[in-house]
Amino acid sequence: MLDLGNMMMKPALSTAKAIMGGSLLALVLTSPTLASDRPFNLGKIATAEEVAGWDIDVRPDGKGAPVGAGNAIDGEEVYVELCAGCHGDFGEAVDNWPVLVGGADTLDSHDPVKTTGSYWPYASTMYDYIYRAMPFGEAQSLSYDETYQIVAFLLYMNDIIEDDFELSNENIGLIEMPNRDGFMLPDPRPDAQPVSGEPCMTNCAVSTTIIGRARDIDVTPEEES
Amino acid sequence: MTKKGQQAGSLSRRSLLGGAAAIGTTAALKSAGALEANPANLPPNVSEWTPYLGAGVDANPYGVPSEFESHVVRRSVEWLTASTESSVNFTPLQDLEGFVTPNGLCFERHHGGVPEVNPVDYRLMINGLVDRELIFTLDDLKRFPQTNRFHFLECAANGGMEWRGAQLNGCQYTFGMVHNVQYTGVKLSDICREVGVKPDASWVMAEGGDSAGMNRSIPIEKILDDCMIAYAMNGEALRPEQGYPARLVVPGWEGNMWVKWIRRLEFGDMPYMAREETSKYTDLMADGKARMFTWVMDAKSVVTSPCPEKALMGKGTQLLRGLAWSGRGKIDRVDVSLDGGKNWQTAELHGPVLDKCLTRFTLPFEWNGEELLIQSRAMDETGYVQPTIGELQKVRGVNSIYHNNAIATWQVHADGSVDNVRLG
Ligand code: HEC
Repeated sequence: MLDLGNMMMKPALSTAKAIMGGSLLALVLTSPTLASDRPFNLGKIATAEEVAGWDIDVRPDGKGAPVGAGNAIDGEEVYVELCAGCHGDFGEAVDNWPVLVGGADTLDSHDPVKTTGSYWPYASTMYDYIYRAMPFGEAQSLSYDETYQIVAFLLYMNDIIEDDFELSNENIGLIEMPNRDGFMLPDPRPDAQPVSGEPCMTNCAVSTTIIGRARDIDVTPEEES
Repeated sequence: MTKKGQQAGSLSRRSLLGGAAAIGTTAALKSAGALEANPANLPPNVSEWTPYLGAGVDANPYGVPSEFESHVVRRSVEWLTASTESSVNFTPLQDLEGFVTPNGLCFERHHGGVPEVNPVDYRLMINGLVDRELIFTLDDLKRFPQTNRFHFLECAANGGMEWRGAQLNGCQYTFGMVHNVQYTGVKLSDICREVGVKPDASWVMAEGGDSAGMNRSIPIEKILDDCMIAYAMNGEALRPEQGYPARLVVPGWEGNMWVKWIRRLEFGDMPYMAREETSKYTDLMADGKARMFTWVMDAKSVVTSPCPEKALMGKGTQLLRGLAWSGRGKIDRVDVSLDGGKNWQTAELHGPVLDKCLTRFTLPFEWNGEELLIQSRAMDETGYVQPTIGELQKVRGVNSIYHNNAIATWQVHADGSVDNVRLG
């Protein structure tokens, strides 16, 4: 099982210290006035129904995933109808639209292919994104079951699950994605800094040979005259 | 941005375009005086606009720039993206002075087009780990205490095309995914007090009301430190393409987090791992591992004139202009080299020098027709030094797309025209 809550808190805390020494955070979060007072009396209380309509996000641990299920066999049909026109029958992409399938073992190559299968660390992100933003131009139009079906289809195409696996709100937080451990935290910057701290001002040992010109690459849009 | 597509695209485009002239040439010609002065308008003659009455008030109820400035526009690179609704254009930095970007020239980046939001129907919902889940109207937001701040907004993919070499021959295309305006709005710390944040809330997910439903996770320390919900820029309502009627402002951090048309903030106890912080906006290193949550925009600078679009117009006295900025604080110093980085002089900074804000610099110099290799190097108040592309590549490889803050090189030719070149 994934111990996400624990793992993810670490960068959060180190960021807190880096940014503000933790003090403001502690002040705001523990201040009793904050929890009880409503200093401005602005806004209205959101009803459960209002929140439910807009609260569409799905977290890595599956929290927020709406009740529903679907498998790749059913997903193929939905995908071909609603998605393949841009992303290709096999997720290979038509023209310049994004590729969704493939790219395994390319991330350390000269031409990495980043797809849901080769790059995305969580299956929850596929549900979250596809439901909120796809099909492009018809956002939030899929049913919950259709979304599970399509995500199952893409997971199947990327060799992550079998075609009859019932993906659901119960198990979407448990899918092991191939690149789950491919991300590094926390941000190691600042990096690439001069060893001495001070930059060189005179007679610096740098090469001034021109090794490339944008003019020769010739991909800059032309100005109409 | 889909840089994978861009780089692949650039290869095929190379052959497609063949020997066509690039913007550098045309723009250089234009600014080099393709429009000759009319002697009839020059002293001792009475200029043609002098004897007659000009346009009256209200000729343009909302003023527009002079027709002679019609070249000062945002521009896009068509082959970069599959559709204009999921695309980007660039601020014409080379034509601007000072540090304020006019609203109509602020670069655009949308993932699902620009929604038309009627402000009467606008709502901001706050839910999750709070004492009270609240919904605010725009009018509610405007009744909160107000804050006014100048900040730059830079896309993490600014300069992303230049990782492997000099690709686009223009200051606008290589540095123009940045703009700088004064934001007016509400501090999120005030909104946090109103909803009452629960002690276990450590992350906030911001979500847009556009067709991309743009969503990003932000650590609560940043939210409480200096984030705001802005409803105005440079004194007027936000432009639709900048998030009208309200957007998130995340000072110093990558532009993608500044969610436009913001409709919801959810407080939680772990990051949401949205598509825009996993599939995108993660920095792939040479070993195939990717950096995640690389939010800060490191110090960067660019010479905005001369540059590929701004040729030198004649020998003698010149004024070099540029912009510098840092997501870590104030700009401390900018050095300029005219010989490809061998020797440097410190430029003059034009105040006010503000936190996480563009800073204008200038440097006078003499030019007698010799070849120049112009560079600028910013340093911020934390001591951070803007690196060369070689230094960046050594640590990060060439596949990371995002966070290229390397020093660029403009080559000035004997005829005054300028090229984007790569030294090595
Ligand atoms: C009209 C063309 C079109 C259609 C139809 C379409 N998409 Fe997309 N898709 C896009 C575009 C454009 C993007 C990138 C959007 C952006 O810039 O953020 C995208 C992005 C995606 C991504 C993220 C890719 C990545 O690597 O980050 C996924 C996953 C996806 N689409 C799935 C789907 C699914 C599933 C469907 C069908 C329900 C679908 N799309 C239908 C155009 C389309």
